[in-house]
Amino acid sequence: MQSAPHVEFRGVSKTYDGRTMVVQDLDLRVQEGEFFTLLGPSGSGKTTCLMMLAGFEAPSSGEIRLSGRSVQHLPPRKRGIGVVFQNYALFPHMTVRRNLAFPLEVRGISAASRRQRIRQALEVVRLDGFEDRRPAELSGGQQQRVAIARALVFNPSLVLMDEPLGALDRRLREEMQFEIRRMQQDLGVTVVYVTHDQQEAMAMSSRVAVFHRGHIQQVAAPETLYEEPEREFVASFIGDNNMLRGHVRRAERDFCDVETPGGTVRAFPVHHCRPGDSSVLAIRPERVSLTKPGVYTNEFEAVVEDIMFIGDHLRLRLNLCGNPNFVVKVQNIIGHSAVLAGDRVRVGWSVMDCRALPDEEGAGGSALLTTRAAPLRSSPGDAAGVPGSDRAAVPPSTQAV
Amino acid sequence: MRRLSHIRLHICTQGFVATLALIGVAGTQAAANESVTVVSWGGSYAEACKKAVLDPFTDETSIEVRLESYNGGLAQIRAQVETGNVHWDVVDLEFADLARGCDEGLFEVIDIDELPPAPDGTPARDDYFEGTYSECGGGGIFYSTVYAYNNESFTGQRPSTIEDFFDLEKFPGRRGMRRTAAANLEFALLADGVSPEEIYAVLNTPEGVRRAFSKLDTIKEHIVWWEAGAQPPQMLADQEVVMSTAYNGRIFNAQVLEQQPFTIVWDGQVLDYGQFAIVAGTPNLEAARSYLLFASRVENMAAIGHYIAYSPTRRSGIDLISTHHETGVEMRPHMPSAPENMGRVVRNNWEWWSDHGEEMNERFSAWLSR
Amino acid sequence: MALSLAAARVRAAALTLPLVAFIGVTFLAPLGLMLARSVHEPLVADSLPDTLAMLNNWDGVALPSEDVFEVLGRELLSLHQQRSLGGVATRVNRLESGMRSAVVRTARQLRDADPGSWREAMIAAAPIWNEPKAWRAIQRAGERYTLRHFLHALDLERDTAGNVVAQPPDQRIYLSLLGRTLMVSVVITVICLILGYPVAYLIANSPPSRSNLLLLLVLVPFWTSLLVRTTSWIVLLQNQGVINDLLVAVGLTTEEGRIPMIYNMTGTLVAMTQILLPFMVLPLYAVMRTIAPSQMRAAAALGASFPQAFIRVYWPQTLPGIAAGSLLVFILSIGYYITPALVGGRTGQLISNLIAYHMQQSLNWGLAAALGAILLVCVVLLFLLFNRLVGVERMRFT
Repeated sequence: MQSAPHVEFRGVSKTYDGRTMVVQDLDLRVQEGEFFTLLGPSGSGKTTCLMMLAGFEAPSSGEIRLSGRSVQHLPPRKRGIGVVFQNYALFPHMTVRRNLAFPLEVRGISAASRRQRIRQALEVVRLDGFEDRRPAELSGGQQQRVAIARALVFNPSLVLMDEPLGALDRRLREEMQFEIRRMQQDLGVTVVYVTHDQQEAMAMSSRVAVFHRGHIQQVAAPETLYEEPEREFVASFIGDNNMLRGHVRRAERDFCDVETPGGTVRAFPVHHCRPGDSSVLAIRPERVSLTKPGVYTNEFEAVVEDIMFIGDHLRLRLNLCGNPNFVVKVQNIIGHSAVLAGDRVRVGWSVMDCRALPDEEGAGGSALLTTRAAPLRSSPGDAAGVPGSDRAAVPPSTQAV
Repeated sequence: MRRLSHIRLHICTQGFVATLALIGVAGTQAAANESVTVVSWGGSYAEACKKAVLDPFTDETSIEVRLESYNGGLAQIRAQVETGNVHWDVVDLEFADLARGCDEGLFEVIDIDELPPAPDGTPARDDYFEGTYSECGGGGIFYSTVYAYNNESFTGQRPSTIEDFFDLEKFPGRRGMRRTAAANLEFALLADGVSPEEIYAVLNTPEGVRRAFSKLDTIKEHIVWWEAGAQPPQMLADQEVVMSTAYNGRIFNAQVLEQQPFTIVWDGQVLDYGQFAIVAGTPNLEAARSYLLFASRVENMAAIGHYIAYSPTRRSGIDLISTHHETGVEMRPHMPSAPENMGRVVRNNWEWWSDHGEEMNERFSAWLSR
Repeated sequence: MALSLAAARVRAAALTLPLVAFIGVTFLAPLGLMLARSVHEPLVADSLPDTLAMLNNWDGVALPSEDVFEVLGRELLSLHQQRSLGGVATRVNRLESGMRSAVVRTARQLRDADPGSWREAMIAAAPIWNEPKAWRAIQRAGERYTLRHFLHALDLERDTAGNVVAQPPDQRIYLSLLGRTLMVSVVITVICLILGYPVAYLIANSPPSRSNLLLLLVLVPFWTSLLVRTTSWIVLLQNQGVINDLLVAVGLTTEEGRIPMIYNMTGTLVAMTQILLPFMVLPLYAVMRTIAPSQMRAAAALGASFPQAFIRVYWPQTLPGIAAGSLLVFILSIGYYITPALVGGRTGQLISNLIAYHMQQSLNWGLAAALGAILLVCVVLLFLLFNRLVGVERMRFT
């Protein structure tokens, strides 16, 4: 049993009306002590997964296991999972102390033990001294800490957090990201965390599952997701990427040549590809350099449409290879700041920094607005038959944050 | 049209007279536009009033009469008089309310000598039965609270005395009674063996009142209480009750007009009388007065008796009682005042009731809710 | 600066003046005047000033002297001529039954003949003048400010010595009726709560399309005329009514065993509960709508069973709605009178029905006002109690 993962989804599907699949055929394994994040835009099914895991929703098919044991017929209160809700769900009529005492009292834990555990939990979230306040008398960040303390106070080995930082302002959010990460590591609990904020997911998680339209696109550590996206959605959702659409002209083991409206680009094939396939290329803005001729395999000349001065770097917008919003991010070092809008520049990037992915989105950004009614594909990796794949000529857009 | 022919006649005779007549006609024309609101008890009694008095009055004077109904009491009249917003002109009242309201100045005073004399010239003062006129009243009828039963409710023996009304063993079943103290206390004491003449003397003592209520106690659980005079015939017809107290005229109408198999038990009837009065401060005083005088003519008072079994309170009127206008039934035996119905009669002592009504009703409410 | 602020404040306050005036004229003034009637009854004092002045020196035991007889006789006579004797007679009669006719008869007979001896003439007209209780009645009715209506409303009276004593048992009615009214109001409130709470919960936790429909179902009866609804209950509940017919048809009861469900307390309870239910459901719904579904989920996730979660998390948060709804229903049912009058029969009458009786039938407005004042005090006390327990600012009515 020790080898069993802490959380396991086996072929889980969920539908509310019998037709539209909110989550489809999902497999997932979370190991003991992981900080595992479900990342995706709203409506991608990640919160539904969390609710099924907590026991508030039942899977339409498939099975969820906790430490190797099916929880099919286990009500939420018997799963022993700590849950932190999006709006905290603190009990407004109880003081902080009573809020924290609640899970202990329903478990019949003695008063002395309760006091000690509450004190410890409040220490962990650094809220000692606030025992007798009511939630309404606390700031948003403090309420967040109480919610976390309440989810931890009965020592669950698994804690679920549903967009817990969504209501906080940016500065507080970043502070809390560290705090939550620190607590998770100190206590060694498994955390399954839901967010739509990819930066947050990257900053906190040991592993991230990217959700899109009820499917997991990729499960990997944050660095892997960033450096080696395997799907177009992941490439566009995680960080900035310039997307170029085209057709595979030549396919080799280590590279493939993709013909785009602005010329042929040599790229690294993430999956096996054949000549004639639609493909989308993802190139990170910071991996594109201003260059002299002959340095890179892929080199193009283009007019700078626009320049944005950020501070430590500049963002140049080019119309390149059919993408009118091709962004190049260059370090603010001597020489580069001399570039002006309207200048003609030469840019280049290496084969390894240019990943050829199956074209799944076709019409680009508009498909990101997930519509549940859209037919969902059953086998990941198969690009054939995807709507819009034959419309590669439509200019894709750069995914900008 | 009749009026127009009058005008022509006068014009033909003499210019001076014609001028006067025109002025006079102008006057009556104004009166024709006038109207008077008469408020009475509703149901078949109001219908009788309308046919016997209201319509002939309009025919004679061209004064429109609006008929409204109420459930008795002085409250609405008092409110109208005190706020100066009088929109009832003439009201038909129980005598106790009439006397009380007259003392309070709620009604216009009518000199008894103004009322029309009997056909034989006897002044109204001597023509009215003793004590049946008030210095504010006009017209007037006798009516009676009796009890009646549906023949179909009894196969063998039928009730015939007031004692039978309280005898649950001989005549089981529910009884209807008016939800008020009046008449019920009298019935109770009669059934308990008090003679009609002594009723109010007994009621004047606390023991007497207790005695009446404890007699009522014996049938309390079997009483269905009614409030409007139209209810008892309905309850009898539906056999919701086997017998019920009621106003004799209502039962008569059900018997005669609807052929209901009802029988009135006259034994122990509580005889009462009522009159019309003019509400003090009415803006239609003249029209109201002419109505009241019209309604006080013996033949009009007796005319009500052609429609419902209520008899006039003037001696000369008794002889005018004849037959029912529609069915031709001889009315005399159906009248409360008919000698064969006057065996055991309690004459309602309105003075006792205006002294004790409030207290009795309070005790009645207390008793009811107990 | 301070001046202009003050001026602005005055202007703002002035804007509320029309409302203040409106409430004053249409509500506070009539209420005040009505309540004043419960203790202020100047009619007899104004009508018989000389008699009352002379009775001030009366020992209350012996018969007053001939002068007093004469002064009273003359005052009665003049009242009779002004046709305002009735009101005085009625009021004196309330203190001593029989005085009404005594007063009226006396005045009438004095009018007809100028007496040699007032005393003899008056006693001849009404022997009661020979008894001190008649004079005591006049003296007490002459109190311009009096507590007798309140005493009466509390089933108390003054004995001949002026001590406050309980009324004889068979005349006591108001206290028991007040108790019954409070009891019935509590029962109706509790029934409304028991019936209304799940309905409000269902509405608050349904998807919008269904909750709107349910809300409509709650509100439709609310928009229906009170009389129509009450009459419908009569049709349903009466002895020959739909429900009894059904019971007989199904064989649950026999033709003779028809259950009396109307014209008694059952009828009052059923009809009033139905009529007042929306006043409970709406505040409850308003509160429940603000309770996030995650509250119950959180409680379940923290290990609470449904009963635990409900009792400790949900229920306490609905208290403001419970308080508001209960207060509304309770106060409304305390003052209800149309429905009990129509379907209450003998045993389903409430205190308001007697207030209506005294307003409309007996015309004893002083007593009606005293009963109303006592009801008002009950309501205010209740309100204060609620305020202490729940806090009015926390109550939610909509």
